Amino acid sequence: MAGHIDEKKLFTGALVIIAFATLALVVMPYVQLKNVQAPAELKPYTDQQAHGRKVYMSMGCVYCHSQQPRDAKYAPDDKRGWGRASTAADYAYDKVHLLGTMRTGPDLLNIGARQPSQDWHLGHLYQPRAYTPGSIMPAYPFMFVERKGPAKDGEVVINLPPAYAKPGVTIVATRDTLDLVEYLKALDRTYPIKKTIEQSLEKAK
Amino acid sequence: MDGTALILLLTFLVSVTGLLVFIWSMSNGFFNTKQSASHIIFGQNEIGLVEDPASNQTNNELQEAAGETDASLTQKELSDRLIADKSTALPTFVCLLTAMCWLIVGSAAAIIASIKLHEPDWLVSQAWLTFGRMRSIHLNSVIYGWASMAGVGVSLWLIPRLLKTPLVGAKFVYWGAIIWHVALMCGVAAIGAGYTDGMEWLEMPWQVDIFIVLGGALMGLPLFLTLANRKVDHLYVSVWYIGAALIWFPILFFIANIPDLHFGVQGAAMNWWYGHNALGLWFTPIGLGAAYYFIPKVLGRPIYSYNLSLLGFWCLAFFYSQVGGHHLIGGPLPTWMVTLSIVQSMMMIIPVFAVAVNHHMTVGGNIKAVIHSPTLRFIVLGSMLYVAASVQGSLEALRSVNVITHFTHYTVAHAHLGMYGFFTLVMFGSIYFIMPRIVDWEWPHPWMISAHFWLVALGFAVYFIGLTTGGWLQGVAMVDATKPFMDSVAVTLPYLKSRSVGGGLMVLGHLIFMIHFILISLRYGTKKEPALLIPIVNIPFVKEAKVAATELNRG
Repeated sequence: MAGHIDEKKLFTGALVIIAFATLALVVMPYVQLKNVQAPAELKPYTDQQAHGRKVYMSMGCVYCHSQQPRDAKYAPDDKRGWGRASTAADYAYDKVHLLGTMRTGPDLLNIGARQPSQDWHLGHLYQPRAYTPGSIMPAYPFMFVERKGPAKDGEVVINLPPAYAKPGVTIVATRDTLDLVEYLKALDRTYPIKKTIEQSLEKAK
Repeated sequence: MDGTALILLLTFLVSVTGLLVFIWSMSNGFFNTKQSASHIIFGQNEIGLVEDPASNQTNNELQEAAGETDASLTQKELSDRLIADKSTALPTFVCLLTAMCWLIVGSAAAIIASIKLHEPDWLVSQAWLTFGRMRSIHLNSVIYGWASMAGVGVSLWLIPRLLKTPLVGAKFVYWGAIIWHVALMCGVAAIGAGYTDGMEWLEMPWQVDIFIVLGGALMGLPLFLTLANRKVDHLYVSVWYIGAALIWFPILFFIANIPDLHFGVQGAAMNWWYGHNALGLWFTPIGLGAAYYFIPKVLGRPIYSYNLSLLGFWCLAFFYSQVGGHHLIGGPLPTWMVTLSIVQSMMMIIPVFAVAVNHHMTVGGNIKAVIHSPTLRFIVLGSMLYVAASVQGSLEALRSVNVITHFTHYTVAHAHLGMYGFFTLVMFGSIYFIMPRIVDWEWPHPWMISAHFWLVALGFAVYFIGLTTGGWLQGVAMVDATKPFMDSVAVTLPYLKSRSVGGGLMVLGHLIFMIHFILISLRYGTKKEPALLIPIVNIPFVKEAKVAATELNRG
């Protein structure tokens, strides 16, 4: 049938086009970014923080929180206290990226620097509106154990503000929740850094 | 020489090479296809004859609206078409039925997620019901369940009609569909249980993805088997779109899900290379392929400019495939990459206008025909929203607009304009055309088609207008550093509520559609004569062809 010349055009054209797009958006960034070095100030995640990061992914935090402050010249992210513009080197230990595309809530790349209190994070996860009136973040009571009577040794009890406190009930954070908070507290890229990818590559040389 | 300059130079060289190849192919008759190639979807003397099995067959108002004609099909053409339709009946039905089930699951998850955004203390005692998981269950159900399966079902059904060749390899579809659905159920359950690969659009664990690739490849195989046996000389534009989509998707999905390959910021670049190509190289070509068939076929009028449609195809393929970086404007990515994507996003205006002009000129202001054809009602509205979504998308890629709309609900509304306003409506229209041909039965209740149409059209208008407004206000508040962040949350609340209302109407429309789909599948009601294929042809003639088709199918 007509030498099936149309099929040849279709297959060749389709494959060339996807190869080109993959080259531009996957392969070239791969080549360019794979030698980016972690800044000395940035520490690898501890086991606990790495597990907390998994909890962050599993709860889908990324769908409302970005981790990529924009440049001060472009948007006033720094004025909101979210930190300087991030660079590729800031994510050197992030195997799965969590840059996010949504800010239903604030950017979290430097939440550990803004909010270093474990108490605050635990209470806020249990009931965000106890700390931020008008917040539309979901409450996560299922990440805590509620029971009558005192806490056991080694358990972390949360202390809610008086208006939200539950008298007679002890609210204990689970392992997952504590790890998540450890991860949030570790989110701190406030150290100074060279501006661009090119500069951090130069540093690597 | 420093790295960026080198890469920019390379990009430039490749673009110029691409342009030269383009000019070369133009001068070698690549696009000099005759306008008569657009007649390939019709019989010899069929132009002028309407075809919409979903329209009122008794009064035939559709033919009246399109104009009287003495056009007709020969017996051979008719029986060929019956044989083609028969060969896809069961595989397409399997795909469409499962797609419909996922549409309902996805809609339920959507409405729960939507309400949770303004009622954050609702359903908070179970992990799987939390917003972050419900949202992903919604996305994966509608993308890989509803949209992909509807797209595959419609593509499979179109191929034999376009190639005038019965489908070869239907059994691969059944196996593919089983593997795909078992994998997808596992994937969605895994997300509910908290196992995720962590990237948007790529949440399902990679162990599951292996089977998605396998199932998808099996379902795509019959296209290529049928191509090898085709009886037409020329491939109609829809075959280009659908064929390319079926080549692209498995490649995209496979590369994106290779475990332990992607890292950090490169992973983000890959994530949106995939995310936007799933739209641009998978759903969009299938939706356009269907529209390029059904609009001319229903009206009995060839596409306005066939060359323009092919030019549009290649421009879409080239430009759309590189726009992914515009999801990361202002992020920590190589500047050249984001700029490349912004440029290509603007270039998308070319193929979009090719489609807009072509569809507009083909429909040619025949609003009456659009009203009398349930298929066209959905597909023409879908095509219009395709143009709207694409132009909006190009504008959103501009840095000055993006600084406001990025990170807001505006983008969510835009994504739904593409995936729902365009793709889903085109699929609805296609299903209205196809189902009567599959089960050889008319849609039992025309009022249910109208109810479905108005509920989803009005529901989506409420959804889109509200969320777009809310998202824009959210973005404006967010870039005004004098306002506290919570202002950008508070301002969206009324619009988030209106989204739940609009979404609720859409879900109601889906439920009516589902019930109607079940009714026609069960051949509910009384059979109306004349038979559905072509109202004008006489009945014994159709019966003979049907007998021939059945015998061939047995053999």
